[in-house]
This record gives sequence, structure tokens and C-alpha cells, in this order.
Amino acid sequence: MNLAENTPLERLFNGIVKENPTLVIVLGMCPTLAVTTSAMNGIGMGLSTTVVLALANLFISLLRNVIPDDIRIPSFIVIIASFVTMVDMLMQAYTPELYKSLGIYIPLIVVNCIIFGRAEAYAYKNKPLASFFDGIGMGLGFTLAITVMGFIRELIGSGAIFGNPIGSLPEYAPAIFVMAPGAFLVLAIMITIRAHIINTIEARKGIRLPVTHTDEEGSECSSCAMRMSCAGKFQKVEAMMKADKEAKAAAAKPTDTKPADTKPADVKPADTKAADAKPADVKTAEEKPADVEPVDAKAADAKPAEEKPEEAESPENKKKEESAAPQSALERLKAMKTADEAEKEANK
Amino acid sequence: MSNTTLISILIMSMLINNVVLSQFLGICPFLGVSKKVDTASGMGAAVIFVITLASIICGLIYHFILHPLGLDYLNTIVFILVIASLVQFVEMFLKKAMPALYKALGVYLPLITTNCAVLGAVLLNVQNEYSVIQGIVNGIATSVGFAISIIILAGLREKMQYNRIPKAVQGFPFTMFTASLMAIAFCGFSGLK
Repeated sequence: MNLAENTPLERLFNGIVKENPTLVIVLGMCPTLAVTTSAMNGIGMGLSTTVVLALANLFISLLRNVIPDDIRIPSFIVIIASFVTMVDMLMQAYTPELYKSLGIYIPLIVVNCIIFGRAEAYAYKNKPLASFFDGIGMGLGFTLAITVMGFIRELIGSGAIFGNPIGSLPEYAPAIFVMAPGAFLVLAIMITIRAHIINTIEARKGIRLPVTHTDEEGSECSSCAMRMSCAGKFQKVEAMMKADKEAKAAAAKPTDTKPADTKPADVKPADTKAADAKPADVKTAEEKPADVEPVDAKAADAKPAEEKPEEAESPENKKKEESAAPQSALERLKAMKTADEAEKEANK
Repeated sequence: MSNTTLISILIMSMLINNVVLSQFLGICPFLGVSKKVDTASGMGAAVIFVITLASIICGLIYHFILHPLGLDYLNTIVFILVIASLVQFVEMFLKKAMPALYKALGVYLPLITTNCAVLGAVLLNVQNEYSVIQGIVNGIATSVGFAISIIILAGLREKMQYNRIPKAVQGFPFTMFTASLMAIAFCGFSGLK
């Protein structure tokens, strides 16, 4: 389907199919798991979320030139919370039964990652009409996914379709599917099937589809609502902690053979990260000692400069030594790490 | 309010109605930050810290300002703003006053603002008509329950890191399957009632 960017129809298609918030982006897990004990609950939750999403998107988009960048997150929270309160009161008045069965999860729409994520990623940067339809598309995608999940759980767990029991099926229904473990189980199976389909298509066509967050890489932040706004702060700090640890380990290590190997204690995280990210470069550099200086300096800035002249003096000897023992600080650290891990494994 | 009710609130919120495994609050950090036991315990500690503070402050606000003035319908807005600003203040305060604790918790604090476990615990306090003290106990129990389950999951994931897993199940679905089994185990606590 080829649709022009940011038109209402394209937005609807995008929200329901292409970037389905539950199945593709894996956002908004809490309500997805909690309220899908029946298909009706799924529809109720999905539609109320859709209303909040569309209206919040519309208003945030209208106000996007007024809201200062620094306080946009509190502003979003206030706007979203106001709409959630309105929906909450309306539901209490007009659909009391549904309100009762959804319970605390209606006010908790405020912290639904989907709404916050769309506000930050789309509505704050785009025109009101497109944002409104983006909200509706995303909301309907969410509704669809959780209704299907509610339908499955209701059918297996209580032997009913939309509250109507089928024959004597309820007597044999494994109730665990409408209890907490069933929620995790059904969602896990649904996402597994989706991942399998994507893997098959990829293998057949030889292309890589944009799988979002089902892969291990970056999964630390993938399901966090704040990841759009924190811009990987978590990962940055984690990298910093890792670098600190490595620097300490390097400082603690006795500097036996070469003074050049001691790493300065104030290693910058970015450097170590770069060094970690390019193990391949280091290896190629080792194989060709003539090329050592430029590549190494680039890959591992953390290394002090004294090493360069030393290496330049005797490239031939260097090569022999390198094949015997890991040379650079980076290599030694890595060796140390593997040794540590092996030790841990042995201890276990 | 006798001691038995406090203890029963404690057990109920910590084990029987475990915040993650039976109420599905705070799923995002539960699945996202549970790769290593270190980070998981850091997150757990930060959540205990914030939920306890939030249930104290929100309890006081609700019982002495919102409820007497008949402003109950403002609950959601007020609570989420209180939590968001609380997290900011806690971060700034820790940075100045307790750098060591800040270093341990600092990473996780901004992630907690939209953790639904915090808002959920506070809203449940209101919904169950707990007094301030009961609310605080409930907050502590809820957050300890969160810490327990996230640390267990991280331990399991660390152990299973090197297992051979089919490609389609790797990552997110695998964590969900693990969580499902944990939830079955936690169902056993309902016998404690």
C-alpha cells in the first residue's frame, strides 16, 4: 500500500497495521495484560484509550508551538491526565458495569506508554489533523490487538464468546487462561508467532524487516515509556558505570611488563565504548603491525600515547609477541574478563 | 485499625496480589530492566524508595486536602503531578545530599515517573479507602513485592542467558514465558488468604 505521508488514511493504516503499538512496538503492556480477561473488556479499554489518545494528540499538536521544549513532559502529563479524568467520569456515568470491571486501569491510562510515546514521537512534531488520525489509528491498532487477545483468553479460559458461554465448554475450560499466568502466556505466544512469521519472510526474501524490540539488542530501554524522552540516558549511564569498573580493574592490575598498558583512571565512557565496539579493527591491526598506530589510536583512545613509539620501534618483534600474548590494554582487559567469567562459571 | 489488618495488608500486597505478577502494574521495567541482577536490584531499591515516599505524600494530600474539599475527581491529575515532581526532587536532593545513594539509584529514578506501579499503588490506597498509615504500609509492601519479582526474574534470565532458544522465541517472548511460570508459582500464595 502506497499512501502519501501524514494523510489521515496513511496514519490509520500505520497505526493499525504497520506500527501496531501492541504487537510491533510492544508498548502499553500493563493494560494489555491486565484487562484482557474478556473480549468485551478489551474493546472497552481499547476504545477509551483511543479517545484519550486522539484528543491528547490533537491538543498537544495544537499547542506544540506554545509549549516550551524544557517543560514539555509535564505539559503532556497534564493534558493527558485531564482527558483521562474526563473519560473516567464519563464511563462512570454511562457504562458503570464496564467501569467496574476495568477498575483501576482506567485512571492508569495516564501512564500508558502508547499515549506518552505518540505525544513525544508524533504529535509534538506534526500538524493537528494528522496527529488526530495518528491517535485514532494507534488507538484502533491497540483496540484490535487487545480485543483479539481478550477473545482468545475468554474462549480458552472461560469457554465463552463475548460473554456467551458455548454449550458445556465452560466446564472444561482451563481457568488459568483468565488468571494472571495466562495473560503472559497468550501474549508470549502471540509475539512468538509474529516473530516467526517475520523470520520466515526475511529468510525467504533475503531482506531484513524492521523488527523493533523483540531482539535482545537495546531491550533494556525498549519497553520503557520514557525512552523517547530520556534518549538512552539509561544506556549511557550504564556504559559509564561499565567504563568505571573497567578503569578500576585496569588500575588494580599490577603493571608488570609495560607502563604503557596502565589505563588512566578517568577513562571517558565514549572512548571505551568505541573501543569495545571495534574489536574487529583491533584484530586486523594486530595482523598488520605496520598499520597499528592509526587504527589502534582510533579504536582505543583510552590508550596512552606512549605506546605508539614503542610499537613503531620494533614492529617485527611486536608481531611475534602479539601472537603469544594479548598486547593492548583493551585486549588484556578482554582476556581478564573472559578469565573472570570462566572462573565464575567454574564456581557455579 | 489493629495490627492484624496492617499485617494482612502487608502479606496481601507483597505476595498474594503481587503488583507485577497478578496486577500487571510496572510491567515495563519488569521486562525491560531485568537482564542482570545488579540492575534489577537497583531498580527495585529505587521503586521501594519512590513508592514509599509517594504513598506518604499522596496519602497526606488526599486525606487532608482533596477529600475534605470534595475534589476527589482531581485525584489522577494531582497524583501523577506529585509523583513526577517528587521523582525530580528526589533526584536533585540525592545528587546534592547523598551522592553515593544517587550513584546507586540515579539511573533508575527518571525511569520511574511513568512506572504505573507507583500511580497504581497510590490509586489503590484511595480505592480501598486505606488510612494514611495503612496506605504507607500498602505502598511499602507493593514496592517490596515489585523488587522481589524483578530480582527473581533477573536471576532466572541470568541463568538462562546461554541456553539455546529457538530464534522466534528469543528476547521478549522468552521473558514473557518465564514471567508466566513465575506467575503460576505466585498463584500458590493465594492459599495464604
